[in-house]
Amino acid sequence: MALLEVSGVSKRFGGVHAVNGVSFRVEKGMIKALIGPNGAGKTTLFNLVTGYFSPDAGEIRFAGRPLQGAPPHRVAARGISRTFQHIRLFPGMSALENVMVGRHLRGRAGFLAGMLHVRSARREEARDRERAGELLDFMGIAALAGSEATSLSYGQQRAVELARALASDPEMVLLDEPAAGLNMRETADLARRIASIRERGVTVLLVEHDMSLVMGISDEVAVLSYGEKIADADPRSVQKDPQVVRVYLGDEEC
Amino acid sequence: MRLARYRPVALFLAAAVALELLAVHGGKGFLLTQLTMSAYYTLVVLGLSLLMGYAGQISLGHAAFFAIGGYASAALTTWDLSAWGGTGLVKALVAAGALAARRDAYGGPVLAFHPWLACACAVALALLVAWLVGIPVLKLTGHYLAMATLGVGTIILSVAVGTEALGAADGISGVPPFPLLFGAAVGGSAAERVVNYYVAFGLLALGLLLLSNLVDSRVGRALRAIHGAEDAAGAMGVDTGRLKLRTFVLSAGMAAVAGVFLTHFNGGIGPSEASIMKSVKYVSIVAVGGMGSLWGTLATSLVLNFLSLRGYFGSFDDAVFGGILILIMLFSPDGVLSPRLWRAARAAVLRPRPAEAPAAGDAPAAGDAPEDVR
Repeated sequence: MALLEVSGVSKRFGGVHAVNGVSFRVEKGMIKALIGPNGAGKTTLFNLVTGYFSPDAGEIRFAGRPLQGAPPHRVAARGISRTFQHIRLFPGMSALENVMVGRHLRGRAGFLAGMLHVRSARREEARDRERAGELLDFMGIAALAGSEATSLSYGQQRAVELARALASDPEMVLLDEPAAGLNMRETADLARRIASIRERGVTVLLVEHDMSLVMGISDEVAVLSYGEKIADADPRSVQKDPQVVRVYLGDEEC
Repeated sequence: MRLARYRPVALFLAAAVALELLAVHGGKGFLLTQLTMSAYYTLVVLGLSLLMGYAGQISLGHAAFFAIGGYASAALTTWDLSAWGGTGLVKALVAAGALAARRDAYGGPVLAFHPWLACACAVALALLVAWLVGIPVLKLTGHYLAMATLGVGTIILSVAVGTEALGAADGISGVPPFPLLFGAAVGGSAAERVVNYYVAFGLLALGLLLLSNLVDSRVGRALRAIHGAEDAAGAMGVDTGRLKLRTFVLSAGMAAVAGVFLTHFNGGIGPSEASIMKSVKYVSIVAVGGMGSLWGTLATSLVLNFLSLRGYFGSFDDAVFGGILILIMLFSPDGVLSPRLWRAARAAVLRPRPAEAPAAGDAPAAGDAPEDVR
């Protein structure tokens, strides 16, 4: 059984079919990429899976149970974490605190426990702080833990976002263009990190423009064009698919 | 490490003691009255600061929650139930110790709810109203939320003015002192001025301690996350709607507690406490103190409320707070204590004005270039 199963999902905005009857599956432990030209519906599909939009038609199942209609925080609670195409860090908070917000689901302390600073809340806090520090270390930015997150460089902000997404110990992470704005060296680092995220047992679904990244690390690649899926296979076959070549490079005749 | 956390609150209490000694030994003991009142208003403002600065929600109706607390406690402690003394319900209440017999200002016997019970009911009522109002209203954002909370404030004000049992335009007077431990009471007698000052500042310090703990906790981080990037907070599993509602209820509860205490301190409450201008005043103080800065809000609130209560702004009191709000929004939306404003002010003072800057011809040699060129 696939971990994530998207079947016949459609989403319309006014007259535009942003996503039209798209189906795909992500097996547990896999790195799967969604690619396609701008406006192909990749981010819309992400937003449908993570509860930011609800589909007009179709079904989304995660670990065998329906997911569509659940608001973002419930989707997160089911074990799906995400990053954003346009970095969405929390301003006015340090990198460490940003990642600690990612631990929210793993904590229990409520208003009263927080106000009274009770022992269980203190213990939880210490544990979350430690875990957040480990993740910053994993992303290679441990030294920046105390810096205000939004004042970091673009690449560092991406790293904080990824650490934050991993902080909830998710089953699956959705990465929306994680290499956007990164230089070649940073992209290569990112590829290694995504591979080691998978080694930790986290399934990865990513939307990406950077072909070298996608083809290098993905087990499967699904290609979207104008809201429809035109290919879905291993990277090598997708690269040879005539329809994909046409969409990406245009007809040779013209 | 653990103690360092409580240092700011301890310093605040020490400052409060110093202020009291200064006022009493300087022969200005009467100032304690306005300082006490200003501490209670600051409690309202702190709660609002949590809501506005941390959860990112505005409320233009917070005076309503203060008034609900004050009015409910005033009504329950002044409605005389002696006429129903024979009924089973009143007898049961007396037996349960819920009612207290006393004499009013003219020596007549009064049988009314005990202030402790009245206080509990008043705060519970405010929490309930905030919760009921908050469920639909907090689905709104930005100026829609401001409008809706303004509407809530208007309703509570007109209920206060229009209800005979609540004294209509006159409000409720003759509210008894609120007995605390060791014979002390929250009330207006000059003999208890110092005690009341410490009760108010102690309550304020407690509020400050609880809120500063909260801000630095799991919930506090989630609130700041909502304020900073609500959609991303949702993706982290933060139930944004629920946290906003709880924060709203908490801040309404703080306003209600302040309302109860100040009403017993003053011996009464009038509809002006529920007025829209009061709500605007609270909002403008939070704005001056800086959104998301409990300490900044504390300082500005104590000062501004004290000046206002001492009548320094005369008949232009509302105008002063309206003006402050405009100036803050125009020039320093982060408040007067924001680092950005201070940096800008320092730069304006330290940097020579363009007119005084050296002309291009006599620019310094490359060797002694000014710092900011390098």
